[in-house]
Amino acid sequence: MNFETTIGLEVHVEMKTNSKIFSPSPVQFGAEPNANTNVIDWGYPGVLPATNKGVVENGIRAALALHAEIEPHQHFDRKNYFYPDNPKAYQISQSVSPLGHDGWVEIEVEGEKKKIGIAEMHIEEDAGKNTHSPNGYSYVDLNRQGTPLIEIVSKPDISSADEAYAYLEALRERIQFTGISDVKMEEGSMRVDVNISIRPVGSDKYGTKTELKNLNSFNYVKKGLLFEEQRQQRVLMSGGEIGQETRRYDETTGQTILMRVKEGSDDYRYFPEPDLPSLEISDAWIKEIGDAMPQMPNNRRERYINELGLTEYDAMVLTQTKEMSDFFEATVADGADAKLASNYLQGDVNAYLNDEQVDLADTKLTPANLAGMINLINDGTISSKMAKKVFKGILEGENPAEYVKAHGLVQLSDPAQLQPIIDEILSNNEQSVADFKNGKDRAVGFLVGQIMKQTKGQANPSVVNQLLMKSLQAL
Amino acid sequence: MNFYETDLTQLHDDLVNKKISATELTKATYDNIKAKDDQIEAFLTLNEENALAEAKALDEQGIAADQLVAGIPLGVKDNIVTKNIRTTAASKILDNFKPIYDATVIEKLKAQNFINAGKLNLDEFAMGGSTENSAYQVTHNAWDLTRVPGGSSGGSAASVAAGEVLAALGTDTGGSIRLPASYNGVVGMKPTYGRVSRWGIIAFGSSLDQVGWLTTSVKDNALLTSLISGHDEHDLTSSTREVPNFGAQLNDDTNVKGLRIAVPKEYLGEGVDEKVKTVIKDALKHYESLGAIVDEVSLPHTQYGVAAYYIISSSEASSNLQRFDGVRYGVRTNDVKNLEDVYVKSRSEGFGDEVKRRIMLGTFSLSAGFYDAYFNKASQIRTLIRQDFENVFKDHDVVMGPAGPTVAYKIGSTITDPKAMYMNDVLTVPVNMAGLPGMSIPAGLADGMPVGLQIIGKPFDEETMYKAAYTFEQSTDFHKAQPNLGGQN
Repeated sequence: MNFETTIGLEVHVEMKTNSKIFSPSPVQFGAEPNANTNVIDWGYPGVLPATNKGVVENGIRAALALHAEIEPHQHFDRKNYFYPDNPKAYQISQSVSPLGHDGWVEIEVEGEKKKIGIAEMHIEEDAGKNTHSPNGYSYVDLNRQGTPLIEIVSKPDISSADEAYAYLEALRERIQFTGISDVKMEEGSMRVDVNISIRPVGSDKYGTKTELKNLNSFNYVKKGLLFEEQRQQRVLMSGGEIGQETRRYDETTGQTILMRVKEGSDDYRYFPEPDLPSLEISDAWIKEIGDAMPQMPNNRRERYINELGLTEYDAMVLTQTKEMSDFFEATVADGADAKLASNYLQGDVNAYLNDEQVDLADTKLTPANLAGMINLINDGTISSKMAKKVFKGILEGENPAEYVKAHGLVQLSDPAQLQPIIDEILSNNEQSVADFKNGKDRAVGFLVGQIMKQTKGQANPSVVNQLLMKSLQAL
Repeated sequence: MNFYETDLTQLHDDLVNKKISATELTKATYDNIKAKDDQIEAFLTLNEENALAEAKALDEQGIAADQLVAGIPLGVKDNIVTKNIRTTAASKILDNFKPIYDATVIEKLKAQNFINAGKLNLDEFAMGGSTENSAYQVTHNAWDLTRVPGGSSGGSAASVAAGEVLAALGTDTGGSIRLPASYNGVVGMKPTYGRVSRWGIIAFGSSLDQVGWLTTSVKDNALLTSLISGHDEHDLTSSTREVPNFGAQLNDDTNVKGLRIAVPKEYLGEGVDEKVKTVIKDALKHYESLGAIVDEVSLPHTQYGVAAYYIISSSEASSNLQRFDGVRYGVRTNDVKNLEDVYVKSRSEGFGDEVKRRIMLGTFSLSAGFYDAYFNKASQIRTLIRQDFENVFKDHDVVMGPAGPTVAYKIGSTITDPKAMYMNDVLTVPVNMAGLPGMSIPAGLADGMPVGLQIIGKPFDEETMYKAAYTFEQSTDFHKAQPNLGGQN
């Protein structure tokens, strides 16, 4: 029997705002437990939430990036459940009127393009964190409580693990380019819940779905889904039934393990949040946000290829992160040759970032300095060999022109300065001149080497070559 | 000091002119409280030591002429959060709770150097109409100690009626200012929803709760309401509208000539005590004699108000009260083995019967499969009730009727029959459901007990209500009636 697979993904993205969604506490990774909290985050008696407008704007940015329709009249709802990391015992979320709905992203798997629908996306608050100590106590850290989240729910359009992977890549890329989140799974700023079901090809009813937990990277999502797809097939083929279960992905064995069987659905007793007025989203506001939105990666790639003459590969690499893409564009805007800028960023700059394990933003490198160095190469002021030294300088934040001057790295290209040196070398090396006359081209290499030695390597090799040939032929 | 024989403006002038010191006034207030509160039992927590220290400091620096309440001790309902002063909401679950911040209304009053006399009793979490549901004590009606003071702001109303304090803050979710005002013969105003910030009010029904004052005179009430009103960035449901000085507009020229009064026939119908009706009809006749126009109208959805109100307020309460879980503050039961125990035992022991009843009702009303028939239906009724008022206000300025269907009843008479207690809210809950301002003013006595005339206004038109109330008050003697409490007045 042949089966088809249906996969649903719920993605939570943490926004990097200055303050929380409903309180003025700072949003910051890695602070002392409960340092970034106040009475609102504690669910203290008498406190009220106040919506951070920036979070709504970020939500609109995400909706625009995912081609979603934006709901003009929104309100928040309460999702009620008890847990110590949830101090009010309700989460302020959006249930009835999510910020965006009916969006899509395009994916490409093995050369096939496909649109994956987004059923809805909404903004909500994150919970705190419980840690359980061996001493028998549990500790509650509410720093994360109230961190703004966007939840993005896919339509049942994803039919393979590869498509799920590509969908997550597309989501991550587009959200990252809006600038609203770092979208890093390893830091928890992107979290993925997965469900998967299979059914015989042609069946009009979806199979029973299982939910997968502990998928901490895109790769694990893919591996977990592949395993689960095959497990479900084996169960059905052997006459068994799929249970409505939550299963944990085990990273070491690559298998999914039963965590719990779900009985019915949880009742969160959603109702409209009475402490917050409804959100009215005007077309003018959406337009204002849309007009100021950074360009999406696919549009950037087109532009790099068509307008800047880069290869598809180069365009792809440069748009892997918004940071790199923005840096590239700024470097070109500062007058650098696009191809050279692209080469440097993919080559020396990337190598440096990898060696040091840092992000571009953590370095002292600026687009202006990189452009300055590229222009010095282009106009012959420095050789590409010298550029290696200059590059080290600009990594330390040095201005390339000043660095070149300070370290005497200026290339000698002026014939009026080079000719006397050449003449001197020729008169001191009569044997080599004679060898050249006798057709021994090797002599040229020797003479060039002598000239470079004399100029401490600063002579512009191509100018030297030109002048030397002319002089030799004139002798 | 007899607060019935003075008022806010007089006391303020005397303080500014040093005819009396803040210390003397504060001592006099506590003398009143000590003389009467053994019988009234209005206060849960006295703030005497701090109050006297603050009064002394104020006397040293002098009372500013532009700070109306400076140096004047006022009472605060105990569901209003006060920094470093125990705040219990009359619940065992907050028995040990000392907040680290002030409610916005308290901040505003503190900015004016008011003196917090202490915290006043209420029905636990403001749930009830008699103040019998307090976990701590039953407050008594100053007019007849065997009767309830009404609720939930029963401590506030009884304290003002007994002359313990000049004025007290209350809250009103379904009548909790107006019903006790009516039962105690004092003035109580629930402003328009959004007029006063709810920041620091321990939430009961968030879409219905509002803070207001209980006073002995209309003008005091008007002056005090202006002080606590206005937009607050902590409360996004608070209005950005400008706040008029309500009190400054009340003077000898204030009148009701041409005022169009609507009297809903449902408010004088079945279930309303005949003697209460008589007092209200007399009041309306008096308004006519002063030049007002009185029309009978209909608010046809009034009869559904109580049911819809109890579903909505209990639903919101069931969610609002989940935070009292024994984890972060308040009382946690010691005998626990796991997380579930912390929740179940702390809440089972910490909450009283009425609170549990409403948590169950609200939880049920929001549950999957029941939401549409209960919460959703109640919300639809709420819209209809609002529309009823909108229709009436198209050609009327105010709505009038009784605040409660009866006078204050005997302590213990409804405690085993919650539904009977709920029905006393029939005339007040529609106002909260519609978000309108409503007040109760003394309109006379029935069987020796006070009857309150309820005045309901258009949204944010407290001004017209105060003018109508003031005109009535100044042309009658009802507000001068004082309870005869052990002959100590």
